[in-house]
Amino acid sequence: MKLLEAKKLTKSFGGLMAVSKVNMVINQGELVGLIGPNGAGKTTVFNLITGMYAPTSGTITLFDGSHGKTIHGLKPHKICNAGIARTFQNIRLFKDLTVLDNVRIAMHCSVKYGLLSCFLHLPRYRRDEQRIIDESIELLKIFNLDGKMDELARNLPYGEQRHLEIARALASRPKLLLLDEPAAGVNPAETAQLSEIIRKVRRLFNLTILLIEHDMSLVMKICERIYVLDFGSVIASGTPDEIKSNERVITAYLGEDAIDA
Amino acid sequence: MVKQLNKKALIKPLALLVTFFIVQLLIQFNIINYYYQDILATICINIILAVSLNLITGFTGQFSLGHAGFMSIGAYACALTIQRVPTVYGFIAGVILGAMLAAFAGLLVGLPTLRLKGDYLAIATLGLSEIIRVMFINLDSITNGAAGLYLQYRFVNWFWLFVLTVMTVVLISNFVKSSHGRACISIREDEIAAEAVGINTTKYKVMAFMIGSFFAGVAGAVYASYFYFIEPNLFGFSKSIDILVVVVLGGLGSLSGSILAAAVLALISSFLQSFAAIRMVLYAVLLILIMLFRPGGLMGSRELSVAMLVELRKEAIAWLKAMPAKVLSAVRSITKGTGKHGGDKSASKGRFEG
Amino acid sequence: MDQFIQQIINGISLGSIYALIALGYTMVYGIIKLINFAHCDVYMLGAYIGYYCMTFLHLGVVPSLLIAMILCTLLGVLIEKIAYKPLRNATRIAVLITAIGVSLFLEYGTMYFVSPQVRTFPPHIVKSMSAGIKLGNINLTFMQLMIVSVTVLLMVLLQLTVKRTRIGKAMRAVSLDVDAAELMGINVDTTISFTFALGSALAGAAGVLVGLYYNSINPLMGLLPGLKAFVAAVFGGIGIIPGAMIGGYFIGMVETFVAGYGYSMYRDAVVFAILILILIVKPAGLLGRNVREKV
Repeated sequence: MKLLEAKKLTKSFGGLMAVSKVNMVINQGELVGLIGPNGAGKTTVFNLITGMYAPTSGTITLFDGSHGKTIHGLKPHKICNAGIARTFQNIRLFKDLTVLDNVRIAMHCSVKYGLLSCFLHLPRYRRDEQRIIDESIELLKIFNLDGKMDELARNLPYGEQRHLEIARALASRPKLLLLDEPAAGVNPAETAQLSEIIRKVRRLFNLTILLIEHDMSLVMKICERIYVLDFGSVIASGTPDEIKSNERVITAYLGEDAIDA
Repeated sequence: MVKQLNKKALIKPLALLVTFFIVQLLIQFNIINYYYQDILATICINIILAVSLNLITGFTGQFSLGHAGFMSIGAYACALTIQRVPTVYGFIAGVILGAMLAAFAGLLVGLPTLRLKGDYLAIATLGLSEIIRVMFINLDSITNGAAGLYLQYRFVNWFWLFVLTVMTVVLISNFVKSSHGRACISIREDEIAAEAVGINTTKYKVMAFMIGSFFAGVAGAVYASYFYFIEPNLFGFSKSIDILVVVVLGGLGSLSGSILAAAVLALISSFLQSFAAIRMVLYAVLLILIMLFRPGGLMGSRELSVAMLVELRKEAIAWLKAMPAKVLSAVRSITKGTGKHGGDKSASKGRFEG
Repeated sequence: MDQFIQQIINGISLGSIYALIALGYTMVYGIIKLINFAHCDVYMLGAYIGYYCMTFLHLGVVPSLLIAMILCTLLGVLIEKIAYKPLRNATRIAVLITAIGVSLFLEYGTMYFVSPQVRTFPPHIVKSMSAGIKLGNINLTFMQLMIVSVTVLLMVLLQLTVKRTRIGKAMRAVSLDVDAAELMGINVDTTISFTFALGSALAGAAGVLVGLYYNSINPLMGLLPGLKAFVAAVFGGIGIIPGAMIGGYFIGMVETFVAGYGYSMYRDAVVFAILILILIVKPAGLLGRNVREKV
């Protein structure tokens, strides 16, 4: 069953075609990898899906059962509320806020009380705030961050900041999670831990995941399907084994000479 | 547990009530005379202004230089209402009307301009408040133009000052602690990330702007009724700057800081009255010195609490203990003739060559 | 028609002044992202220095102008060294408040020393400057000629400095990227001081010219022109030198025309309304490029 479908997705910056005619389907429950050399347009695809950029042309549809809703060109917060959450390549936490606040902010769309309750701190406010705190702590426990919930995000070690960003993305209860290089700058032991966490949250939250990653061992190990992007176009897609042996992929990564040698 | 909570929840209202009655008694026995009452009124009005601007600039991170413009709307609306209905009900209606009109102006101003960032927003809001001022000067059939409006009655007394100030602080503090308030704070921290986690940044920017303007309107109404004279030039650029100074001095994102700074500045300024000629010069020097030595404001983004006072005491002791060493090293660096910056640079150079 | 041409002449004269002040704002903003509120007071002090040179030292206009420029240069550098340099790593808003503090200090310090009283320049100089050419109903005074020619001369010199000299290149480098410039061996502190020096010299010149033009100076005279000059800088695209020039002339023109056709009460409002429109349509100003934050 399809969850997200991009058709002929194109984005140009001035004369530069960052993404050109990308077709992509992500099925319910899949863990899909998006790889490609630097500058291939992977993050731009993320930015298009999450509404950070409006596509120059093409469509993006998010499915809820058989019912499809086009989401391209919507504002990022609307897309997030529609069920797509993301992390950033260069971590974008709310650095000067606490770990707990980072997660609480992302729970905003589930808040039920209105302005009046918030100004007067009515019982409805108290109940809902307590629920938010409880749920946030539950979420942080998955990442072993519940012991550090009062620390400022900027004071966490790098690996934990990556984890917190995933926790924050999950707080908005997404159907589809986009992870932008979660293993970048993380040591091998932490990478192993990361793939464990990805598996765990996928199971717990019944998630579909799209993952950009340069660490091939991680991608090959956990992804079920992979799209390869080069110069803004999809040059291959398939299972990890198919991708490993695909000549165009090897050329794109290693250059023409690699095939001859 | 529950009982403890209740006890804690009672301390604040109790403290407030006690403060109110003590000051009320002092006024009754004329220990707080008219001169001090004026200072008290100034402090209260400045608290309302600073706390409301802090919501916009300190919590939501939107740099506004036009707060006085919204204040003037409240002031004129209230003054004109009182002129027509010179009773305390007229005053109450004036406060409500002024606050609503100011909030509406905030909406009108916010929708187009809040797309701008940082200094550009500051300049746009500055421009808009100047436009409001020019409008008040030119609408002389209603506002009596540059000559200003006189009111015959004063309805604001200590009771109203106290109630409106406490109300403003409590409401804004409650807002900031809620999910809506956190949405505003997330915009200050990282607008792109805020959008990405599902926060409608435009909505919350406009909301913060409207709430801030609303209370600026309240402050204006109180001002008009207490000092019973208003003219457009009272609400010019320098008034906006004055409010911003209070907010930054107290600490962006600290409500207790704003309250503290409003009180401290009003007291400093009235103390300097006796040096009238160089009062503003001293005020300026103080401002520069505070910024040089405490660029984060008096409170940073923290709130005043008992735990903080304890920490402050520790910090002060540590600071005092480190003092002799600091003085020594300062003396040494002066006698050597090398500034701190030069030293840093040569160190970093070494790192690159090595 | 005559009135139209007359308005253009007046507009260009006023615009020249705004442009001169705007340049200082724009250069400083371009290099350290600071709205230098004290800039308008440097301009005010320029006017006072000119006044004292002419009234008490009985100097001519040109020597007074030069002295005002030199002293304002020193003052600008001094302000930067004392008040802004220690805050190089502080938040921008802290520096901004410091700038406001410096501005208040200069205004009220001046008021303390020379009294808030309005002063006028020596009559013989004013008289000689306001003589001029009359073409039908159009008046072109020496003063206006001088304002325009001094402005154009200074702008050409400024462009040459920024485009052709080593320090100009350093200025451009620092405004693009402070850290990279420092790594390339540029002395950032010197460059910033130099930028303040240039801006203050121009403000000093503008002060003397305005003082003579309107023949009235007081310690708070910098406030409104300073604000409008800053608007001019934002209008043209802040940080961009030609933008400040265009913005200055544009604001000068608009103001003169609005006032000239009987709406002088509204001229400040019109200036700000135009600014807001420009910002909404083109948020980075007329010549500015809209830089998008990279996600």
